[in-house]
Amino acid sequence: MAERPEDLNLPNAVITRIIKEALPDGVNISKEARSAISRAASVFVLYATSCANNFAMKGKRKTLNASDVLSAMEEMEFQRFITPLKEALEAYRREQKGKKEASEQKKKDKDKKPDSEEPDKSRGEDNDDEDDRLEEEEQNEEEEVDN
Amino acid sequence: MADAAVGKDKCGEQRLVSLPLSRIRVIMKSSPEVSSINQEALVLTAKATELFVRHLATSSYRHGSGRAKRALTYSDVASTAQEAETFQFLADILPKKILASKYLKMLKEKREEEEDQSQEEEALS
Repeated sequence: MAERPEDLNLPNAVITRIIKEALPDGVNISKEARSAISRAASVFVLYATSCANNFAMKGKRKTLNASDVLSAMEEMEFQRFITPLKEALEAYRREQKGKKEASEQKKKDKDKKPDSEEPDKSRGEDNDDEDDRLEEEEQNEEEEVDN
Repeated sequence: MADAAVGKDKCGEQRLVSLPLSRIRVIMKSSPEVSSINQEALVLTAKATELFVRHLATSSYRHGSGRAKRALTYSDVASTAQEAETFQFLADILPKKILASKYLKMLKEKREEEEDQSQEEEALS
């Protein structure tokens, strides 16, 4: 499976935007600097993937999961990323859940006449489930980080 | 596969991740021993890459002088890659630039050194 070289690069426009947002207003970014950072980002993905994969293999799994990526950050000494990543993960899970509930709700609405249901009650129960799952995830993380 | 985390959604809210998940996935899959990647891992890797770009950009910008600079140059980035421990893994792909004349001089000196060494070893054996 051969990839063309450009496929392993990230889009210039997005990279430039991320850099600009990180630096003070009005700072000029040379084309070479942007290209260097873009290449560095691709190398970072490879390095992180390889590292995360080691954790997956240790856990005898073939599929890379979120905790593998978090463990990789720790290993690569990018601890500063871990908290924002965990927050992003929670936000992503909430979003996915919201989408799932929305499509299930649509299905229900099609099947029966619209009732005035209480959405809050069910959400409360779901939050408990989510907390349990997050706890489990954290336990799994600890298990995997142990060598 | 949905690039669900890219760009702005209908409400115009900021999305979790700006980098295209499909491209991140291609890079990840190019790694030899990787079989499959769960969607959460993909999203987190993309997010981590964004954090990394920001970290590298600000570290390179601050590198050296504490003064506010007007531009970020290649040499700022290369210096950071060479000198900061966290960015050591980039050292090979981001070499510092030197004048060609200087490089040729270094090559010449290195060859002379190696010649001296091998002559010494011959004399001893």
